[in-house]
Amino acid sequence: MAAISLKVNGHVHAVDVDPQTPLLYVLSDDLHLRGPKFGCGLAQCGACTVMIQGEPVRSCVMPVSAVKEREVIPLEGLGTPEKPHPIQQAFIDEGAAQCGFCLSGVILSAKAVLDRNPKASEEQIREGLSSVLCRCFAHTRMMRAIKRYQGRHA
Amino acid sequence: MKKKISRRDFVKASGMLVVGFSAAPLLEPFAVAQGPFDTHRSHVDPEKLDSWLAVAADGTVTAYTGKCDMGQGMLTVQTQLVAEELCVSVNQVKLIQCDTSITPDQGTTSGSQSTPTNFNTRNLAQAAATAREALIGMAAQKLGVSVDQLAIENGIVSTKNGRHVSYGELIGGKHFELSVNAAAKRKLPSEWKVLGKPVPSVDRVALMTGTFEFVHNVHVPGMVHGRVVRPPEIGSTVANVDEKSVQHIPGLIKVVVRNNFIGVVAEKQWQAVQAARELKVTWKPGSSLPPQKDFYDYMRKQPSRDVMLVNSRDVSDSLKSAARVLKATYVHPYQAHGSMGSSCAVADVQAHSATIWSPTQSVYPTRLGVSALTALPVDSVRVIFVRGSGCYGLNAADTVSFDAALLSQAVLRPVRVQLTRHDEFISENYGAACVIDQQAGLDADGAIGVWDCEAWAVSLGGRPGYDKPGNVITGMLAGFDPETVALRKAAEPSGELANRNNAVPSYLAGCIDGKCGGPGSIRGERVLTHTVPSPFFTGPLRSPLRLQNTFAHECFMDEICASVKADPVAYRLQHLKEPRIIDVVKAAAKAANWDARPSPKPGSPRAGAATGRGIACLAYEGDNGYAALVAEVEVDQASGQVRVRRFVVAHDCGPISNPDGVRNQIEGGVLQGMSRALGEEITWNDRKITSTDWQSYNTLSLEIQMPVIESVLIDRPASRALGAGETAITLAAAAIGNAIFDATGARLREVPFTPNRVKAALA
Repeated sequence: MAAISLKVNGHVHAVDVDPQTPLLYVLSDDLHLRGPKFGCGLAQCGACTVMIQGEPVRSCVMPVSAVKEREVIPLEGLGTPEKPHPIQQAFIDEGAAQCGFCLSGVILSAKAVLDRNPKASEEQIREGLSSVLCRCFAHTRMMRAIKRYQGRHA
Repeated sequence: MKKKISRRDFVKASGMLVVGFSAAPLLEPFAVAQGPFDTHRSHVDPEKLDSWLAVAADGTVTAYTGKCDMGQGMLTVQTQLVAEELCVSVNQVKLIQCDTSITPDQGTTSGSQSTPTNFNTRNLAQAAATAREALIGMAAQKLGVSVDQLAIENGIVSTKNGRHVSYGELIGGKHFELSVNAAAKRKLPSEWKVLGKPVPSVDRVALMTGTFEFVHNVHVPGMVHGRVVRPPEIGSTVANVDEKSVQHIPGLIKVVVRNNFIGVVAEKQWQAVQAARELKVTWKPGSSLPPQKDFYDYMRKQPSRDVMLVNSRDVSDSLKSAARVLKATYVHPYQAHGSMGSSCAVADVQAHSATIWSPTQSVYPTRLGVSALTALPVDSVRVIFVRGSGCYGLNAADTVSFDAALLSQAVLRPVRVQLTRHDEFISENYGAACVIDQQAGLDADGAIGVWDCEAWAVSLGGRPGYDKPGNVITGMLAGFDPETVALRKAAEPSGELANRNNAVPSYLAGCIDGKCGGPGSIRGERVLTHTVPSPFFTGPLRSPLRLQNTFAHECFMDEICASVKADPVAYRLQHLKEPRIIDVVKAAAKAANWDARPSPKPGSPRAGAATGRGIACLAYEGDNGYAALVAEVEVDQASGQVRVRRFVVAHDCGPISNPDGVRNQIEGGVLQGMSRALGEEITWNDRKITSTDWQSYNTLSLEIQMPVIESVLIDRPASRALGAGETAITLAAAAIGNAIFDATGARLREVPFTPNRVKAALA
């Protein structure tokens, strides 16, 4: 165990954990965040995705000690229920989910693509979602939501 | 750290029900009605109105349902139902789902039965109608006018001259003390203001902003973490567990062994992960598995439980005298539920009581299972549903609930168990493998005179139900026997046609003792099913057996069409007589701008890309929903890759309660069906399952080029409510297979249609 300082959503937290602990466990067990979730633990599905320096990162395979001073932004860090981020609002408007367990991977990965390239083609967006899964297969609504966001804000 | 009070603390402190707290999925939780139930009540009487509804002093309504939302929209649509019947707005209603202490026992949320159960003339709908009639009666008395002089809006009962009284004033905080009245008048669909509208799902904002509480997010004070150690091979048993091998791991609380069940408990999740990985267990090997490559032949040779569903007793003679006979065999593999989240549950088992936070579809049956595993009296066990990721049937939700109960009981502390992806893939109850032999005899004029179908499906275990915890792996490992196949010869059919598994093709008349219950017109008919033992656990997977059977029926129908050079739509219609299935076929064909002609498509290229269209239709479970699906595909004949370009669905589920919810189910259903048709298959070697992650089990990621999906919803306000969750998915493999044939002339008779299988069929 070691004292580790972790910056999440603008707040610095001190946690006492094994430095090898996957970031996901610290976010969900110690900080009680609900956005990133355990899907596979193998970086194959995207449910645990968080943003670090604008990049989508699979928090299930990143040791917490590797984060260092960089800020972690999970899904609940984009916007709030009262004031959702425009991409979250686009997903709300399109009803782009069924169970919703996959949304960290879908929303954050799509946002990262459009942050880098606001004019990304559909093919480029899909490429950015290549290892993101949704097992309810809300795919068509999700793509509509991403394009709605792109059309208005990206 | 912890901002909100947990359920457990709240319940302990208040001694009263209720609700909401950390689980609140609504954007703006409102004041919660103080319900009339105590938290340890072991039986909720469904005959009593107070079991279903409570109205608070501020007029908010808390309703209690035994049908839960796993992502299919039941939270929203049941909220609409209560709001509609009670004449209040959707945001005045708080729905409490599936909690054995406070909600009625409505069995399992499965089989597209939730809407039929709660929306037809009983249960939640009838309770809300009873409450409305009671409230308007109270208002009439209070205001001194007759009931017909009153109108209700948003829970305010008013006279024509503007005098009014609110629900809160009439009953707020008090019991109704009434029985649910089966004669209470339901609103007519023509009067609907809330039902029938595309009300946005009530959980949407919380989901999109990452604030929704899944079972994975449940935190209970003092909670520690568990992991399980499953047998590495099918049937292996424990020889020795070396507990010393993990004593060096910090935070380890206990290694738990019960028969062949092994788990570890540690203070932190990461410590439990390491302990589960490092624990040295010596296993005795199980017996070897039947080879996968010969498995479908193996199935035919097994002893079986047989059921004859229809038998006109002239099938052999009719086949002999038919102008032409066609035969084909279709096979379908085991498939996984493959839920997005590996399953998770939290259990707090104390010396004399247990509370389980579980993603189960079946809180009451799970309570019995936990009682059996822990030897605690059933009244001392409380199971609270908290949504997991979409389950699509019996995934590992029940088994992980049992895992948590066993581990918590061993340490007498609350334990959260998270399965790994590998655990999930080897722990769940797979959708069954099937073999289906088809045979049809045609008349001289090319019509089908006789259809003979014989099917084999595997089975082991299943839903634990109220008395079979061994039906899932944890119960079996802990020493309970799973349900096995009780061998039985088929009796001749009697009574009414029961087609729950869609074993009987839609084109058959379905006649038993002169009474014909099938949607079709073919009178020469025989359907015989065999259930055979499975080496792996099986259980319901979205559209269980209905999907496998429909794949075989609808593709075989297409083969017959092609053999007589008939248009697949016209020829289907020629053999159907039920108007509702006829209507969906016509509606789908019209919306798809169906190219009426025989398949395969004339002039299709023999190399490179070829395109085609196919159709399939269904009377789900015989009479629980109607759908037809047109698929348009492009086949790359060099690589064998199949891409679906367009799906057109026509859908009839009776009165439509929420069109957006139905569309969401259809869209997700056809794509999930496409994934199952094109890639999904459980694999094994001689000892163990080898499809254990998202690389070894195929699924379609968000990278795929999606087909356009068009849904035609046929509203039937006068009909009873039918299921909508499993109709469209049931048709995907058949419609795609038929479209591949149309494009290329190659018939795929084995799911999934992998590139190699497509290439082999083309060769």
